[in-house]
Amino acid sequence: MALYSEKVMDHFKNPRNLGSIENADGIGEVGNAKCGDIMKIYLKIDNEIITDVKFETFGCASAIASSSMATELIKGKPVSEALELTNKAVAEALDGLPPHKMHCSVLAEEAINDAIKDYLSKKEKANS
Amino acid sequence: MIYCMYYPTKTVGKKRGTVMIYTDNAATTPISPSAAQTFTKCLNEVYGNPSSLHSIGQKAAEVLFEARQTVAQCLNCQPREIYFTSGGSEADNQAIRSAAHAGKKKGKLHIISTSVEHHAVLHTLDRLKDEGFEVQLLEVGETGLVTPQQVADAIREDTCLVSVMYANNEIGTVMPIAEIGEICRARGVTFHTDAVQAAGHLHIDVSKQNIDMLSLSGHKFHGPKGVGVLYARKGVALESLIDGGAQERGKRAGTENIPAIAAMAQALKEACSEMDEVARQETAIRDRIIQGLSEIPHSILNGDRDKRLPNNVSFCFEGIEGESLLLMLDEKGICGSSGSACTSGSLDPSHVLLAIGRIHEIAHGSLRLSLSKYNTMEEAEYIIKTVPGVVEYLRSFSPLWKDKVSGKNPFILK
Ligand SMILES: Cc1ncc(COP(=O)(O)O)c(C=O)c1O
Ligand SMILES: [Zn+2]
Repeated sequence: MALYSEKVMDHFKNPRNLGSIENADGIGEVGNAKCGDIMKIYLKIDNEIITDVKFETFGCASAIASSSMATELIKGKPVSEALELTNKAVAEALDGLPPHKMHCSVLAEEAINDAIKDYLSKKEKANS
Repeated sequence: MIYCMYYPTKTVGKKRGTVMIYTDNAATTPISPSAAQTFTKCLNEVYGNPSSLHSIGQKAAEVLFEARQTVAQCLNCQPREIYFTSGGSEADNQAIRSAAHAGKKKGKLHIISTSVEHHAVLHTLDRLKDEGFEVQLLEVGETGLVTPQQVADAIREDTCLVSVMYANNEIGTVMPIAEIGEICRARGVTFHTDAVQAAGHLHIDVSKQNIDMLSLSGHKFHGPKGVGVLYARKGVALESLIDGGAQERGKRAGTENIPAIAAMAQALKEACSEMDEVARQETAIRDRIIQGLSEIPHSILNGDRDKRLPNNVSFCFEGIEGESLLLMLDEKGICGSSGSACTSGSLDPSHVLLAIGRIHEIAHGSLRLSLSKYNTMEEAEYIIKTVPGVVEYLRSFSPLWKDKVSGKNPFILK
């Protein structure tokens, strides 16, 4: 059996939603260079719906594939739903990750949470 | 999914009908046709047990002895000083444990080694620490070398073993083995070297170089996997790791793996006979790749520029991660390796890269390409045409890289 599923390799080789968004409504960045994975998520939000999402990742194949899959899973979804995305769901959507690679999918979940938090705090500031 | 990168027959790779370029020979080498032939011939025809007294058994004993003789000739020692093992790891374990325990009997509990050894050595030393040994790992400089003087300065009255690898498996640095051997011999300390990456690639003469114990592994010079050698000079006490029958002079029980042993001997003989020619060819290809990859901005060569294996290229590229790099290169038909955390299966990148002063972030972006006689200059050209584009692609969406380009964070490599 190969280390990675075909889905992981597909998202690694052809990452969806790669890039950045100018004037994004929320930006999240997690991880650090020391541990070898950094993920940055950009959100465009309209009426509490995630209308666009992009990512940039420094990391291994499973980090890149997890970012790609996670962005696919929240695109077009309400913010409240995106907040509920778990790393397990990301890994499952990728047909599984090797056990020692699960931490890479955790980053995707955290990056999205971080970006939504950024969006909410910006919104709060604008409203106050 | 199986992808075979068996070079002598130029196996077509999995993508677009391309031939895979195999440049991961420090991990393992494809078996040479002559070693493969020896292997299958023995497998089919030399099935006897060398311990049996009948003619079929004695035929096997003869093949075994010839292999021992061949290996001894390649190292310049006596056949009785050659012990066949299951590989480099076992040879390292046995050498180090034997010297340590022999030392302990004399109250000597100090062991000297280096911070860049293979895990087969380092983890064995960790076990010995638990048994009360004091292990001193010599620091290496940025080139990955220890100096003979460092060894001389570290030796104490109670030093029972110096273990310094011949050549490093990750960064290819070649240690000053003859000089260290001379010092150890003069000071009466047992000297072991892990020559797994050197055997069949560099000229080894255990007598001239004052080596007491040496480990090598069949699969690093186009022999089979799962077979290796421990050379132990006459008079050096060995303890067995595997107890049982009286094979290998009572130091390694188990019916001998004749096909593997004979094929390894054949591969070593072949490698030693064509060593200079292969080294010349590999060095030319190595230097071309080093020159080409040095053009990539914010990159650095790992290991000493000159005191390195003819087949080793090792680089770090700032802003990217090694596993992604490897898998992208695999897509393009290039097989290499990396010391990144994500390829090692732990959270820390290679201890060797950290030991030569690469910080975590830089060590994650490492690439090792290790050559063999089957590589060509044409492949080198393809590699230096391909790698820069892949590095650039991965950098194009690396937040770490972008923060450096924007000036938010400083570059670390020139
Ligand atoms: C320097 C060094 N020592 C020891 C070993 C272990 O050899 P083996 O795989 O034959 O056990 C290797 C191989 O990976 C090596 O490169
Ligand atoms: Zn990872």
